[in-house]
Amino acid sequence: MSKEPNHISGYKDHLMILGVLILLTIITVAITQVELTALNTAAALFIAALKATLVLLYFMHLKFDQKVFLIMTVLVLILIAAVIGITVIDYIDRY
Amino acid sequence: MENKHLPNYLEYQGKYKGLMGWLTTTDHKRIGLLYFYSMFSFFLVGATLGILMRLELIAPGKQLMEAQTYNALFTLHGLTMIFLFVIPGVAAVFGNFFLPIMLGAKDVAFPKLNLLSWYLYILGALIVLSSQFMGDGPPDTGWTFYAPYSLKTQTNVVAAVFGAFVLGFSSILTGLNFITTMHRLRAPGMGWKRMPIFAWTLYATGWIQILATPIVGITLLMIAAERLLGIGFFDPAIGGDPILYQHLFWTYSHPAVYIMILPAMGVISEIIPTFSRKPIFGYTALIISSMAIAFVGYFVWGHHMFTSGMSDSSRWIFSFLSFIVAIPSAVKVFNWTATLYKGSIRLQTPFWWAMGFIFVFMIGGFSGLVIGSLATDIHVHDTYFVVAHFHYIVFGGTGFAFFAAMHYWWPKIYGRMYNTKIANVGLAIFFSGFNILYFPMFILGLRGMPRRYYDYLPQFTDGNVISTIGSWIMITGLLILIVNLAKAKKMTGKAVDDPWDGSTLEWKIQSPPTLENFEEIPVITGGPYEYKDR
Repeated sequence: MSKEPNHISGYKDHLMILGVLILLTIITVAITQVELTALNTAAALFIAALKATLVLLYFMHLKFDQKVFLIMTVLVLILIAAVIGITVIDYIDRY
Repeated sequence: MENKHLPNYLEYQGKYKGLMGWLTTTDHKRIGLLYFYSMFSFFLVGATLGILMRLELIAPGKQLMEAQTYNALFTLHGLTMIFLFVIPGVAAVFGNFFLPIMLGAKDVAFPKLNLLSWYLYILGALIVLSSQFMGDGPPDTGWTFYAPYSLKTQTNVVAAVFGAFVLGFSSILTGLNFITTMHRLRAPGMGWKRMPIFAWTLYATGWIQILATPIVGITLLMIAAERLLGIGFFDPAIGGDPILYQHLFWTYSHPAVYIMILPAMGVISEIIPTFSRKPIFGYTALIISSMAIAFVGYFVWGHHMFTSGMSDSSRWIFSFLSFIVAIPSAVKVFNWTATLYKGSIRLQTPFWWAMGFIFVFMIGGFSGLVIGSLATDIHVHDTYFVVAHFHYIVFGGTGFAFFAAMHYWWPKIYGRMYNTKIANVGLAIFFSGFNILYFPMFILGLRGMPRRYYDYLPQFTDGNVISTIGSWIMITGLLILIVNLAKAKKMTGKAVDDPWDGSTLEWKIQSPPTLENFEEIPVITGGPYEYKDR
């Protein structure tokens, strides 16, 4: 069992991250008004990934926790990326 | 370590007594038994449906039921057996009961969450079963809910899909609980390389439960959204892709096979050293193979889709990866047999079950290579060959290990020993019936009999008759086993604490265990498989 004291984030930090998340949400909506064809989806996914990263790092304390949890999360993301990648191979080659 | 004066977990009276005491318990052992009683009841329902299906198929043409009833029957048989028995199966029952004890802990990391998992399991099961009686008739899609048929059928698919979704939450929470327990609650001195193999297989399983189950949850919700809101995910008529459904469904459902089989392999890995009086051969290799199965198992789902219209490059990639996953599975079998080599083997009931497991698992595994191979799969896809293969793996693997675990740990769970002679006779009948039931399906499949059909051509009659007779033999063996174990539970003579001379921690405490398992948390000084009488 870990005896390290838990990191406690202040309200100020939480509010700042919340502000950034709201800003990114507004950008997500705004960018749909710009005609970028396939890049619209890529942009939406990129912003969503950015938001998820912020939530993981700050709201879920990954930034302040032991490194092993960060490594586990990154490994899981690699796994999911690989699963999506293999699925995409089918779509690229099927049509 | 043990104290005979304390009440065991079955006698212990908490805040509530009787049924309420059970329904509000947070004791991992009682929750394990709650899973056991509910799961075994569902198993008997699923088995009854299977017997009825076999009766219908004893001859061509209508015997007992109409085609639509048969379609509903095999759907419910699949849903019950897969989602309510084999997926939670060994992990939820024996994992709950024995994981904390094997780690030297008093309970799992989140006992209340553990109870919630059971309630979610029951809620999901009730929703799945209620789908049979509500709406426009029982679902007829098969347990896979393939689109676009599951979007078009007028039967009650949404309820069944939602039930499976709720069951997924139960599975995720159990996996989360077990992983945290292993990270946080191991006894002092129990390093990762001193954990029993059963715990390691639960660890690998837990990761699959956490990472793969959400995918099927979302997929099933997409089915519901498409049916209810008309969003075009999978129906080509409104811009969807039916092959995407298969990708998403099997991205979970193939790893789900490993959720079923990995804890089963863990059970076998506990039984074989105990009855060979030897440390398990290749402890590290067994751990690595468990993790490798869990990891590689994520990348083989496409072998369910070789004839779906998927791209050529994907097909050979998935075929190649499917062959790779056979390697860690074979490592386990070789390690089990190497453990037997020069062992002081004790031919007792759990050991026979373990041998039965290896036999049927090997047949299931080798037949899996036939359908993992692109060319041969084209011929046997959607035939009875596949039905035979997955029953050898899922029922032969997980089912045999479940019964092996019951016979291995029954004296510890209830403090009562069963009649081993009757148990051996029951096993022999069950084993014979199992092979007579399922082996003819390989031949029927090779000869071209399609699966899921209500009727068949006359040339398939012989195989179907043999198979149906096998189902009667198997169910006879099953009834003998159940009655024998149930009678043991009521017998007055107590089992000794360690009837098999086991070496893992559960055999070092009293039978049945006390509420908190250990009066003092043990300090671990050696590996899990060290036998003094070698």
